[in-house]
Amino acid sequence: MALDRWIALIFLVISLLYGYAAFNYPLLPFERGMAFLPNTQPMALSVLGVVVALIIIFSPKARSDDDGKDGIDLAQVRQFKIGQTLGLVAAMVLYAVLLRPIGFLAATTTFIAGCGIVLGERKFHVLIPIAVVTAAIIWYLVQETLGIFLRPWPWFVDN
Amino acid sequence: MFEGIVAGVTTALSFQNLIMVVAGCLIGTFIGMLPGLGPMSIIAIMIPVAISIGDPAAALIMLAGVYYGAIFGGSTSSILINAPGVAGTVATSFDGYPMARKGLAGKALAIAAISSFCGGTIGAILLFGFAPMLATVALLFHSAEYFALMVVGLSAIAAFAGTGKVAKALLMTIVGLMMATVGESALFNAPRFTMGIQDLQSGLSFITLAMAMFALPEAFHMVLDPNRSASGQDNGGEIKDLMITRKEARTIAPVIARQSLQGFMIGVMPGAGATIASFLGYAVERNIAKGEEQEEFGKGSIKGLAAPEAANNAACTGSFVPLLTLGIPGSGTTAILLGALIALNVDPGPRLMIDRPDIFWAVIVSMYLGNLVLLILNLPLIPYIAKVLAVPRNYLIPFILFFTLMGSYIGQNNATELLILVGLGVCATIMRFADYPLAPLLIGFILGGMMEDNFARAVNITDGVSFMWQRPGTLILLIVGLTLIFLPVWRRRRAFARQRAQARQEGVADGD
Repeated sequence: MALDRWIALIFLVISLLYGYAAFNYPLLPFERGMAFLPNTQPMALSVLGVVVALIIIFSPKARSDDDGKDGIDLAQVRQFKIGQTLGLVAAMVLYAVLLRPIGFLAATTTFIAGCGIVLGERKFHVLIPIAVVTAAIIWYLVQETLGIFLRPWPWFVDN
Repeated sequence: MFEGIVAGVTTALSFQNLIMVVAGCLIGTFIGMLPGLGPMSIIAIMIPVAISIGDPAAALIMLAGVYYGAIFGGSTSSILINAPGVAGTVATSFDGYPMARKGLAGKALAIAAISSFCGGTIGAILLFGFAPMLATVALLFHSAEYFALMVVGLSAIAAFAGTGKVAKALLMTIVGLMMATVGESALFNAPRFTMGIQDLQSGLSFITLAMAMFALPEAFHMVLDPNRSASGQDNGGEIKDLMITRKEARTIAPVIARQSLQGFMIGVMPGAGATIASFLGYAVERNIAKGEEQEEFGKGSIKGLAAPEAANNAACTGSFVPLLTLGIPGSGTTAILLGALIALNVDPGPRLMIDRPDIFWAVIVSMYLGNLVLLILNLPLIPYIAKVLAVPRNYLIPFILFFTLMGSYIGQNNATELLILVGLGVCATIMRFADYPLAPLLIGFILGGMMEDNFARAVNITDGVSFMWQRPGTLILLIVGLTLIFLPVWRRRRAFARQRAQARQEGVADGD
């Protein structure tokens, strides 16, 4: 089965779960007598979602008018740099988890430098200063100029 | 009235106020480029600065400059890195980013700047002439008409429903509409589909979804396929591409004129705003374009870029009509401006034009000045802004990833949002592999909440759906919306069937 049908199958499951939640939605007492309920649109959406997902799963393969520029040819997937991409995804997850504990400056410097290294950059004398300066400028702009709080230092330093 | 206009022009043209316009535009443009900081947040941040100025006219003039600057800044990140930081510039990225990928980043930015300028100018002229009259018309629009207007806005998805993609585009729209229902229910705002997670109670954040659907898949795609980033890198930032040819100018002129008018009218209605105006502008222009031009939409059409840009700027100007004449804020941004006005001891409403004509007209004049200053400041900067794309891949990609993370984090100040962003970004990248169009999901998400609220209100008022055919305005808008959605699909199916029939006939002829 092609990837698009697998995705449609996942959306079918999501629509069914969503529909289950919509049809069993606990209405508040004063909502019951109203013409339009908070679950009216969700119920309609879940039915539509199931129907359209089934259409994609069971329709014969249609010719796409995409000229291939924007879509990805699955035959080329093996040449793709999947390792690098996974490395970047891992870096983003780490950034999300560590941003608060280690502070904005350390997290951002490490993130930018780390992503550069994952992508194959080896000029550390350029990469690291750029990462440090960017982190400092953005922190100054966001916290000091705009007044949005970003904890700059790690948890053990009194911010 | 004439005396008021003269007083307003004199106030707006004073040296101090001209400096305010320039400062506002510059601040707005540069901060607006950061995804996550839309006009609403930038104006909110600038309010203390504006209040400290003391003079209400100068403060409002600066805030109006910030507003326009932020919208232009948002278009820049949409065009260059496919990261629309504001809902109103999502439609800009549909054609602006493909143009940048073709090496036409400079031209795309110039078209965006000029279209925005024209949209803002036409909007300001209309505001000047018709503000009091339009305010009464805007009040004729009820929730039923707003609902119908959202349906017309949804018709923008037709642009992404290519052959073999109709069902996929529909499914994506439905998923977007489903995502919009997470958070608070229509009318009573009780928690709905939050699965007990407190962070979901305020719903999914627009900025997170926009970054996950547009910017992240593009960045991941550039990493996966180095040839893709190389092509953008070689061409990005060519200064010669800044020039718009006479033919191109002739092509976009009628688009800008139409969309400025349409955008302004939509902006006047409280609640509709720049987002709907830009989607609607895109959908309408795509539908009236002919043959090849229509096929170009979504792949780097200059019409597809000029339409939403002119419409959203005109709508921003239009949204000042209900604010200044009735004291009704038509959008989140104007609501914040209303707060600023009250803090500055100005009471917006029907009496403003009579009691404080200098402020009323000075704001309108400064809007035009803001647009002019923006154009003068930004056109020379475009070649340098476009150079962003010439930054080596090993540096550009980490920066794009960092700014998407920052955009999502600043808005909510919540690290969970970053994990949601990464998760959705990975899913969106996989969906791109399977040729699922991602824009309809975002369109559904943006319009879904407003559509449900207005539909719920209309149904509860009339105790049924009879308003759809009983209110002529609603009926006409619904017919237009459904035609815009189904006509292109029907047309394409007919063309496809004709092609197949032709191929079959040729096959028979060969067989003979």
